Amino acid sequence: MSHRTDVRRYRGLSGFAVVFFLWLYLPIAVVIFYSFNENRLVSVWTGFSLKWYAAALDNQNLMNAVRTSLEIAAIATVFATTIALMAALVLVRGKGVRFRRVSETIVNLPLVLPEIVLSVAVLILFSQIGFANGFAKLAIAHTTFCTPFAFLPIRARLQGMEMDFEEASADLYANKWTTFRRVTLPLIAPGVFAGAMLAFVISMDDFITSNMLNTGGATTLPVYIFGLIKQGTTPELNAISTLIILVSLAVAALALFIQGRGGSMTDT
Amino acid sequence: MIRAGTGPTRKGTDLETRKKAVEIRQVSKMFGTFQALETVSFDIYDNEFFTLLGPSGCGKTTLLRMIAGFEEPSTGQIVLHGNDIQALPPHKRRVNTVFQSYALFPHMTLEQNIAYALENLGWPKEMIRARVAEMLDLVHMSKFARRKPQQLSGGQRQRIALARALAPEPEVLLLDEPLSALDLKLRQAMREELRALQRQTGLTFVFVTHDQEEALDMSDRICVLGDGRIQQLGTPREVYEDPSNRFVAHFIGETNFFDVDVLSVEGDMARVRTPLGLDLTASQKHVAADQSRATLSLRPEKIGLEEQATGEILTGTVTSTNYLGGYTYYVIRVGEADIRVSRRNAMSHVPSLAEGATVRLGFLPESARVLGQ
Repeated sequence: MSHRTDVRRYRGLSGFAVVFFLWLYLPIAVVIFYSFNENRLVSVWTGFSLKWYAAALDNQNLMNAVRTSLEIAAIATVFATTIALMAALVLVRGKGVRFRRVSETIVNLPLVLPEIVLSVAVLILFSQIGFANGFAKLAIAHTTFCTPFAFLPIRARLQGMEMDFEEASADLYANKWTTFRRVTLPLIAPGVFAGAMLAFVISMDDFITSNMLNTGGATTLPVYIFGLIKQGTTPELNAISTLIILVSLAVAALALFIQGRGGSMTDT
Repeated sequence: MIRAGTGPTRKGTDLETRKKAVEIRQVSKMFGTFQALETVSFDIYDNEFFTLLGPSGCGKTTLLRMIAGFEEPSTGQIVLHGNDIQALPPHKRRVNTVFQSYALFPHMTLEQNIAYALENLGWPKEMIRARVAEMLDLVHMSKFARRKPQQLSGGQRQRIALARALAPEPEVLLLDEPLSALDLKLRQAMREELRALQRQTGLTFVFVTHDQEEALDMSDRICVLGDGRIQQLGTPREVYEDPSNRFVAHFIGETNFFDVDVLSVEGDMARVRTPLGLDLTASQKHVAADQSRATLSLRPEKIGLEEQATGEILTGTVTSTNYLGGYTYYVIRVGEADIRVSRRNAMSHVPSLAEGATVRLGFLPESARVLGQ
């Protein structure tokens, strides 16, 4: 990097960066700090304790919400990624595909539509057709809005992949399925993985739709936490939040690790 | 005689008796409204090193891709060893391609790359192992069997791409500008290796290039393509010595062009008036009897200087010299025309000619060509 374009030469940049990171992470640090507070009152420090963690892990309702969230996210990830992969293959690689632009826009529509609109629509649709299984409703709705998040990285990876590899595979007597299995999929795997991760995180994080479709057996973690807050914040909430942060960090680290191993397709 | 654009009309050559490997029959290709290739027909024979030569956009790669099956001809048929392969997808055609980018699978080792086609063909494991070893040996890469393509140099990747394409014993090997990514020295070395490999395997090679030197060096026959048409099809000597038109004379090698007035045409010969202040009779191609203007082509190395000047003698002034090691190029002004002349620097006692010097130059009329188009 040349001296002229080195961002560090701007005055006050380091100070600004510090303020920015404080603004971003101070609230989180406060949550983590008070999760170890022994006192019942959230913001009065009286001593170190792990009892709120114990309380959180003992809370059967909380654990149910966690399990629901994980199950919904897992199902939504598998279906959304599969649909996204198929859509990307057709829209990027397909020959003579009609309405390519329109189809892509339709796949990506949940990104730009306000989620509240979608969730109301889903709610009305399900009640109209008399579909009552709360868990299935959540899984279907999550698959819908997770699909574009899985689609974008997969499409980007496919677009960045030279046709040469697939042509070489066909040239070397591989039929379409073998080409997909042994050449296309391994080469776009980092994109597929990134798409799946995004879908998983988006599903875990969702509140609006999950809240709208909330029924007895299908309360996700964000909806449950929101319910706790309505009763007033407790240190148990801090402990739950801290655990979620830990899991998120672990997942992000794993994602980075796998992406790093995926390597680049360009061999020059 | 081979005429441009109309395909094979040769007669009385031994090629007639050879087996045809690939037949291109009335093939054309449109991309939307763009005519990439006009209707062409020609045959490629068994054991032949056949080159498709032309500038970018001439349709040579399109032709190769149609043989491989990656593109469908808009009209016509492609026949491989007597079988129409038009309906076959790429993976069912017994031809293999060496790609310009090599397209080695980055997630597989070299062994796996070479074994890939054999696995798809359902070869038994033992045979695959033996064939992979044989191929690695053929291209002198046995030591690198477990490496990934990213760990190789350009020349090594080239060899592996060749080995991978040769492993399944294709009926025809297609090569799409395989040398263009290599540097000069390596390119020359690979030319020799390719030629040797072709002789050794006895396979039919269809080679695409825009490099005329490569084409002259390696080919049994060259198909010169330009503007989506066959400009000429012949041996390297034929396309260089007897170019069928201005395009071929210009594209292959260097030449001097002169606009000439046609005085008379008799059979293969034409008498023309040149801007050099002399009339001469030279062999002609495609000059119509009623044509008044034509082009005279005269190669720089066909012109002798000073004591090597023979035939038609002219006098001129040296306006520039380019020393190129083995050769020196001179531009010599004769009347209104500039003539490029090359002279081998064979004997060190021959003094080089200074700019501004007056020189004698001469050429034999039979080394000049009159081109009608």
